[in-house]
Amino acid sequence: MNKWIHIFTKESVLIPVISTLLGLLIGAFIMLLGAYNPIQAYLSLIEKAFGDFYSIGETIRQITPLIFTGLSVAFAFRTGLFNIGAEGQFIMGSLAATIVGIQLDLPWYLHMPLAVVAGGMAGGLWGVIAGYLKAKRGVHEVITTIMLNWISLYLSNYFVKAYLSEPGQQRSEFLKESSWLSLQGLSQLFDNARIHFGILIAILCAVIFYIVLWKTKQGYELRAVGFNPHAAEYAGMNVGVNVMKAMFVSGVFAGLGGAAEILGVFHYLTINAAFPGYGFQGIAVALIGGNTALGTVLGAVLFGVLTFGATGMKFGAGVPVEIISIVIALVIFFVAAKGIVKYVIQLFKKEKKNML
Amino acid sequence: MEKDNTVVEMKGITKRFPGIVANDSVDLIVKKGEIHALLGENGAGKSTLMNILFGLYQPDEGEIWIKGKKEVITDPNYANRLGIGMVHQHFMLIDNFTVVENIILGAEPQKTLKIDYDRSVKKVLDLSKRYGLHVDPHVKIEDVSVGMQQRVEILKTLYRGADILIFDEPTAVLTPQEIEELMVIMKNLVQEGKTIILITHKLKEIMEACDTVTIIRRGKVIDRLAVNETNPEELAEKMVGRNVSFSVQKDKAKPLDTILSVQNIHASDNRGVKALNGLSFEVKAGEILGIAGVDGNGQSELIEVLSGLRKIESGKISLHNKPVHNLNPRLISESGVGHIPEDRQKRGLILDFTLRENLVLKSYYQPEFNHHGFLQYKEINQHAIALIKEYDVRTPDEFTIARALSGGNQQKAVIAREISNNPDLLIAAQPTRGLDVGAIEFIHQRLIEQRDKGKAVLLISLELDELMNLSDRIAVIYEGKIVGMVDPEVITDRELGLMMSGGKVEREEVE
Repeated sequence: MNKWIHIFTKESVLIPVISTLLGLLIGAFIMLLGAYNPIQAYLSLIEKAFGDFYSIGETIRQITPLIFTGLSVAFAFRTGLFNIGAEGQFIMGSLAATIVGIQLDLPWYLHMPLAVVAGGMAGGLWGVIAGYLKAKRGVHEVITTIMLNWISLYLSNYFVKAYLSEPGQQRSEFLKESSWLSLQGLSQLFDNARIHFGILIAILCAVIFYIVLWKTKQGYELRAVGFNPHAAEYAGMNVGVNVMKAMFVSGVFAGLGGAAEILGVFHYLTINAAFPGYGFQGIAVALIGGNTALGTVLGAVLFGVLTFGATGMKFGAGVPVEIISIVIALVIFFVAAKGIVKYVIQLFKKEKKNML
Repeated sequence: MEKDNTVVEMKGITKRFPGIVANDSVDLIVKKGEIHALLGENGAGKSTLMNILFGLYQPDEGEIWIKGKKEVITDPNYANRLGIGMVHQHFMLIDNFTVVENIILGAEPQKTLKIDYDRSVKKVLDLSKRYGLHVDPHVKIEDVSVGMQQRVEILKTLYRGADILIFDEPTAVLTPQEIEELMVIMKNLVQEGKTIILITHKLKEIMEACDTVTIIRRGKVIDRLAVNETNPEELAEKMVGRNVSFSVQKDKAKPLDTILSVQNIHASDNRGVKALNGLSFEVKAGEILGIAGVDGNGQSELIEVLSGLRKIESGKISLHNKPVHNLNPRLISESGVGHIPEDRQKRGLILDFTLRENLVLKSYYQPEFNHHGFLQYKEINQHAIALIKEYDVRTPDEFTIARALSGGNQQKAVIAREISNNPDLLIAAQPTRGLDVGAIEFIHQRLIEQRDKGKAVLLISLELDELMNLSDRIAVIYEGKIVGMVDPEVITDRELGLMMSGGKVEREEVE
């Protein structure tokens, strides 16, 4: 019992929780300024996110890609790399899964796994490019991954337009059903929500994330290189190779996310004018989750619920959807500006002392 | 009245951190115009006390009186206003600003909207002349020596009108010549009416420069003494809490076969300039070979070459008659080389790893700790617990991160790891840098123990005392070459110093 109390009062847990509460509180204040009813707004948000089976299914759909990209960013962080490129790796994963889904004709037990693996590999290899440039040429990964994001966006658009497009449409043709991650039966359970098996892969990835990083020899090396490359090199580790491995694993997570989104939700790939944005949200998810596996999953749940539930606020309380972007931004702000939250915690602690 | 010339009085200061009491009702009285030493081991609570005085921490209990007035020092700005300045151990300077820009930072004299540089430079030069702090106001910090950077830090405090100066271990980063200069500067400052509090664990500095010394051990004041009424032995004993021997007890070496042989190696430094110029020496089993030299004569490059971090261009390095040059660090370590690196925080440890993880940094991949790619944390724990006990690493437990340990205990952890791999050759580079007497004594004993077990020990150090006390033979390195091999029993400090600076000495050459 004491152990649990200890866990929940740890700073790494308290800060995101209090940041979230502060974000919601200030969001409520902003709603009051606009003469909306915040209580009604948050109630309808929750209603929208969890009200019925359909909503729950759709909320889970919203959460799934955020887990993938969050894990991608968190993994890179743990190994001392700042992967801004989850966005691009996500897109490459989508593209590879689409190609496999359209071009090949296989029984489902081969086709679907192959499409998933292709997505993961594509994301991973896209990440390795940045890893290679960092390890061998000393180019900072923030620069390369940002540029690779743009390359992937237009590369994907080009492929869809030139080779995969449905005549007259701004998207590819439909993937063969044998490659889908979604299942009619599962969707029916949730009132035809677009929930799919990607969520299971996402949770599996979180478990793998934890095991690789904390239980294996490889994870030990990756963390060592991340914390102190000089000491790692001196201890006989190959720093460059480890940087590439880390970017590969990070890219695989994002690529799987892209594949799952295509194979599970849309079943086709559109020509995008802008980034889907999951990769960037992944940075925030990893940040609020403290770069841990469980934290990232919880962070994705929070962001998924807030973004999906936001539409409910509009119908239930007339509050503009944009308010929720303010709340999310506030949460990120408070997590990043830990000092403010620590100050709030201090205030509470003092109050307690005074009362005794 | 004694009260009259007391400028700083701290009464009953207590400061607690989670798990420890850093200061336990500490009293400190500093008189005007004295150099007051604050002596204690690493982690004794000296820096905490001074951070309280400088307003970085708030005490949990106690009072501070400055110049006869009770004060609550809320932050460093307030401390500045009271005339308290601090010269930090790690300089707080902006590398690509000039000396004068750094000094006036935050207190710039203005002419309408512009900074009045002419006036700034004049003021800085005035101060520099008055206190004998030579600086060149127009060069950038990144281009000046460490010694000058420190003088800039001192000028920063003087420029802000400080008359109570706190020096936090100022000599840790300086060369012997710079230390001497600093001692002169401190005496100048005191003559001009300033008061200095010197945080240190070096007894020599206290005996040389200070008037009064307050000794702190484990957060408590042990004693307050006048320096001219005490001696280094007494100070050491009070600081550590037991008798400390300064001279090292050891028998005569019984050297056996050659373990390491370095023949005519050439290598360049990071800028591509020749750093090693045909360097040769041998280390035998059962002896400690010391390498003496002024910093920057190729010692760092030699260490990197020997540990596999730097390639040699020509020559030969062999271990047990097998060539090992230009192998990677892991292969070299596996062929029986242990290495205590020059910079333990950069090379020796991963500061954010737990102690147990750091203790297997060289062996985590061995079958003992690694089954099919999975680390065996049970074995890793047992390994850590055994080493912590054997090497007396003071830590709450094996899950503590290395960063939380004091310098001495970090070094003990490095030594534990390297010796536990049972190497035939142990390379110890500056093994006691920045450590207190207790830890130094411990480390010296371990090195001699290795020698007596028939291992070869290569000791590379800038501390002459250490080399003279420990080595069985001393090789003098000068401009990337061994210029002489001498017997520490015979050679004098003066002769050795002469050789280190490139001079010739008649009597030398041991076989």
